[in-house]
Amino acid sequence: MWLTSKIKQVLMVLKPGVVTLGYPFTPHPAPENFRGQPHWDHHKCVGCGACSNHCSARCILVRDYCQEIRVMLYDGSRCTYCGRCADVCPEKAITISTEFELATGDREDVTERLELFMLTCQRCGRCYDMENTNAIERLDLRGYRYDSLETRALIRKTTDQFDRELFEATKNYQRPVK
Amino acid sequence: MLSKLAKKSFPKSLWLYHCNTGACNGCDIEILNVLTPYYDVERFGIKLVASPRHADVMLVSGAVTRPTFPLVKKAFEALPSPKLVFGIGSCATGGGCWFDTYNVTGGAFKAIPVNYYIPGCPPRPEAIIYGVALALGLVDKKAAPVEMKQMEFPIDMYEQGKAWEERNVIYRLLED
Repeated sequence: MWLTSKIKQVLMVLKPGVVTLGYPFTPHPAPENFRGQPHWDHHKCVGCGACSNHCSARCILVRDYCQEIRVMLYDGSRCTYCGRCADVCPEKAITISTEFELATGDREDVTERLELFMLTCQRCGRCYDMENTNAIERLDLRGYRYDSLETRALIRKTTDQFDRELFEATKNYQRPVK
Repeated sequence: MLSKLAKKSFPKSLWLYHCNTGACNGCDIEILNVLTPYYDVERFGIKLVASPRHADVMLVSGAVTRPTFPLVKKAFEALPSPKLVFGIGSCATGGGCWFDTYNVTGGAFKAIPVNYYIPGCPPRPEAIIYGVALALGLVDKKAAPVEMKQMEFPIDMYEQGKAWEERNVIYRLLED
């Protein structure tokens, strides 16, 4: 009988009631272990660049204006929210929040920018540098850039003193517009 | 402004055309998840259609690969205007981890103008609903760029000094 089966169906549907979330009108927070937008704590960050080394989408960019200033830029538009930056951070300066409501009309809205003061040696006035054992690091010291500005990837260029020309040249590091 | 325009041009319902441009299928599963009874977007009048000619909105998921690049453009042109484009997932927003690989144009914005970006890898179904609600003007935008400084740097002093010089030009003119 088709009618009894239909009635059965209706009863079956009535049993659970309304299951639909009232999401945009009522809040529905993500579970605690959800990996959403990462946040930087600029008081804890020492500017080691480990997060940018480990970023799989290379969305954390490091730029040195001069000897003492380092700018870390997090470009959230291509972040895959893997959470590796928070894992490797030695100072626990990165926290992965559960924010997921990131929809915007502008890609610049999901960026985060840190300006850090780098500690220098008391004797020579230069930054402490790591052991330069491999060729890439040695090239790095000489201001070698191993990625282009257009793709907004990692750029490292250090000068001993604040260089106005370099600052002016790299001031507009925004994404190229079409 | 865009949400007002969307309200005006799409007063009743949005019909979606879903365009996979080389995504890993994660975002596509989430899009289908949004259409299920649990996250019911049909209460906003949203419906998935098969042809771009029937649609108002195009959902782009995936970094636009080179083979799909002309097809995406074609599908976008087939949409009757006014039209909206949603970039869903990190790949459509900024290219994901493939932003500079050889076979990828790197994001939906490189191929077509995108109105709304929904980052996430993949975005939660709630995030997609939030993006849709943002387009319909039901919720407010929450994301904003963050800028933090440890202390006042010489760079700021330099900029301040330059601004001061520029501002003081008028006094110099008065002196003459």
